Amino acid sequence: MARFGIPAGRALPQRGPAPGFRFFLFALLSVLLMFLDRRGDWLERVRYGLQAAAYPLQLAVNSPSAAWRWTSSIFEARDKLQIENRALRTELRKLELATMRNAALERENAQLRGLKQALPPLTEKWLAGEVISVESSTLRQRLVINRGANHKVFKGQSVVASAGLLGQTLRVGPWSAEVILITDPEHAVPVQIVRNGLRTIAVGSGEADSISLPYLPIQSDVVVGDLLVTSGLGGVFPAGFPVATITEARRDTGSALAQVRAKPLAALDRDREVSFVWFKAAHTAAPATETPDPKAAASLGIAAQTAPPAPPPAVVAPVPAPATTAPARVDAPRTETR
Amino acid sequence: MNRDSEPRGLMLLSALVGLVLQVIPLPSLIAPVRPAFLILVVIYWSLMAPRAGGLTLAFISGLALDVFKGAVLGQYALTTSLVGYIAIRQHNLIRNKPPFEQMIFAGIVLFLWELLLLLIDGWAGQSVSGAMRWLHLPFSALSWFLVAGVLGRLHSSR
Repeated sequence: MARFGIPAGRALPQRGPAPGFRFFLFALLSVLLMFLDRRGDWLERVRYGLQAAAYPLQLAVNSPSAAWRWTSSIFEARDKLQIENRALRTELRKLELATMRNAALERENAQLRGLKQALPPLTEKWLAGEVISVESSTLRQRLVINRGANHKVFKGQSVVASAGLLGQTLRVGPWSAEVILITDPEHAVPVQIVRNGLRTIAVGSGEADSISLPYLPIQSDVVVGDLLVTSGLGGVFPAGFPVATITEARRDTGSALAQVRAKPLAALDRDREVSFVWFKAAHTAAPATETPDPKAAASLGIAAQTAPPAPPPAVVAPVPAPATTAPARVDAPRTETR
Repeated sequence: MNRDSEPRGLMLLSALVGLVLQVIPLPSLIAPVRPAFLILVVIYWSLMAPRAGGLTLAFISGLALDVFKGAVLGQYALTTSLVGYIAIRQHNLIRNKPPFEQMIFAGIVLFLWELLLLLIDGWAGQSVSGAMRWLHLPFSALSWFLVAGVLGRLHSSR
């Protein structure tokens, strides 16, 4: 009866096991994979291999847009480049001024803290990488970057863009790394408001241009325009990296928590280049240490208000004094959610 | 007229193209309605060349999708194998039906595919979004005409 559908002359040689059996095997294999992936760590090796195998494919997927950007960059007009060059030069001068001021502040801060000399820079080195694939949906906000274990990139590494924090590496292959963005609904980053040192947790919303701060009580001191920096808790991100600015702080009577949203400083959906950052482990602001880094906050103060030549010390100061915060920090997020 | 010479090369190539089409970054406005091209390609080959290892193709395609977008490794491998299995099992029934009925079949199979993905997402503790994930289904089903048309032409011209 089943023969009806088969074109004439078509034999039906049974090759290999029947489809039912094969499906059973494949299904078993898939389920096994899922279990191992959820539980064991050893599947990391498999992931690593698969990531390596997928890399050429990812490049292929990315090639149309890469080719388009390449061609358009070739035909970019000369005066356009000149304009860009001028803009970059202005930017550089601005940054130079900021750094000059930064050095002075560092020294001043070291004196205030009773240190003999200023702290060394926090970042040990950084590595630029290019985005080769983007996944942007309400469920997942991920990037694939063309740098991997061969470039010493590791799992859980901070990734920044020009303007602010971007996310952290989630999976690392030999030549590529998957980055989970701070806007991914499964990502949370411990943050702090620069103005008053209030600590909380910023959770991704699934949209490329907003993160939410769901654990702020209704009476907490947060206003639109506040700058959020990483608080250094959680052991992944160092303290004092700019993350986002508050765009909305609504307080509904009847709800114990305020509805607060912030806009990431980094253009998560537009940046083509990102940087992986290595930190000096012994530094006070490095991840998993409990003292805030005033120097980073100082550089922030400048970054936040690029133009003014002399940021008032008040902007920089409110980061809590290091001596008192160490014990308080541990349970800080919990106290704030109450 | 020798349609029995199994078009392995064409299968692989079309799967690759399908994969690229399914994972290539799109603006977030149209990404939710992007048809599941790779799954359609898998359905096509499972129906038209069930002996050429359509199930293996399905499994490998699923694994490739897992690497690109899977929450847990094996999620897409399982669901896509299921799609391949159903299509292979029913190929005699569906193959010679008019394209419209084939489209309905593809739509039903894709619905099952998405349903199983949803279940696994839930099991894995993924945040499960609402209606958005179902949005592509009608577009995927309609794309059956495109996929079957193009592949059918390439297939028979060999």
